[in-house]
Amino acid sequence: MHKTLTNFLLPLIGATLLLTQDALAVDPDERLDDPALEARAQELGAQLRCVVCKSQSIEASDAPLASDLRILVRERIAAGDSDEVILEFMAERYGRYVLLKPPVQGNTAVLWIAPIALFVIGAMIGVAVLRSRNQQPTALDPLTAEEDAKLKALSLSHKENQDRHEISLEKELHHDAHPTKVSGG
Amino acid sequence: MRRVIFFSPLVLFAFASIYFAFGLTRDPTYTPSMLLNAPVPEFRLSPIQGYTEGLRSDDLKGRVSLLNVFGSWCISCEVEHPFLLSIAAEGIAPLYGLNWKDKPGAGAAWLARRGDPYAQIGNDADGRVAIDFGVTGAPETFVIDASGRVRHKHIGPITPEEWETVLRPMILDLKNAQNAD
Repeated sequence: MHKTLTNFLLPLIGATLLLTQDALAVDPDERLDDPALEARAQELGAQLRCVVCKSQSIEASDAPLASDLRILVRERIAAGDSDEVILEFMAERYGRYVLLKPPVQGNTAVLWIAPIALFVIGAMIGVAVLRSRNQQPTALDPLTAEEDAKLKALSLSHKENQDRHEISLEKELHHDAHPTKVSGG
Repeated sequence: MRRVIFFSPLVLFAFASIYFAFGLTRDPTYTPSMLLNAPVPEFRLSPIQGYTEGLRSDDLKGRVSLLNVFGSWCISCEVEHPFLLSIAAEGIAPLYGLNWKDKPGAGAAWLARRGDPYAQIGNDADGRVAIDFGVTGAPETFVIDASGRVRHKHIGPITPEEWETVLRPMILDLKNAQNAD
């Protein structure tokens, strides 16, 4: 399942997203004769929101008002207006809202900064987690003389215990090894 | 520290949810008018078929007035129309009409059938004046003060309730301010 997802499904989804595009609603008779100017008009139209349908560009919308605005964009282009002038013309009438790519300004700051800020925060958390995972145990403070003595005493007593334990174990083994001898003797 | 990192996505999600929940309470159809408190755009429109008087931006100066965008093709305008007749009959401010993108004669025929509430009508056949006004759909009604500035934009049919609570008080206020000058 996991392999199917990464090897097949994800690339397929990616390709679909890359290759699909809004269908253009431009009527043939709206088009400008000069292909370079028409390309500019389509590029501009794709940046302008259709105020009737809200979530489409005027280039993609079938609304009559979108058609009027497409013709208007083409007229301004034919009249020699720059892209900036035309976008400003639209924004003066319908507000910055018509610009599908919002300009960086006070009330859009969050929109522009949030992705970068979230990425940086995410990266920082990621790095912190990875680091704490790979980290070698840190060197401890050296023991004080008192602690050293305590430790020695402990390990000595441990050694004694161990020795005693071994002796008793040996005895036991010895004992176990000859039970028949004892009972049979 | 681990715990903080572990729960931070949840906390972020909670904040984002609250923020977006407030966003849901906003009206998505609301489009701010760029013309608010700005002078009406300059225009000069010819009369609709069968009428002698058109409409110019200068006609909207000198007293408080209403400008209503309508079309014979517009269903909501049909709904609004009877109430426009009663607004015109009340007569607290002249009601001007912008006949938006109508076929020649269609607007006039529509008004002949239903009655004509408008003091003057401009024929905006290609819709350019409506675009200058930032009109997104019909009907829309602009309240214009005596200096020719847009003071309010009403989107959709005017209901009696909105007339009583918003539009009429605003018009009377503007008229008082005009008289005080």
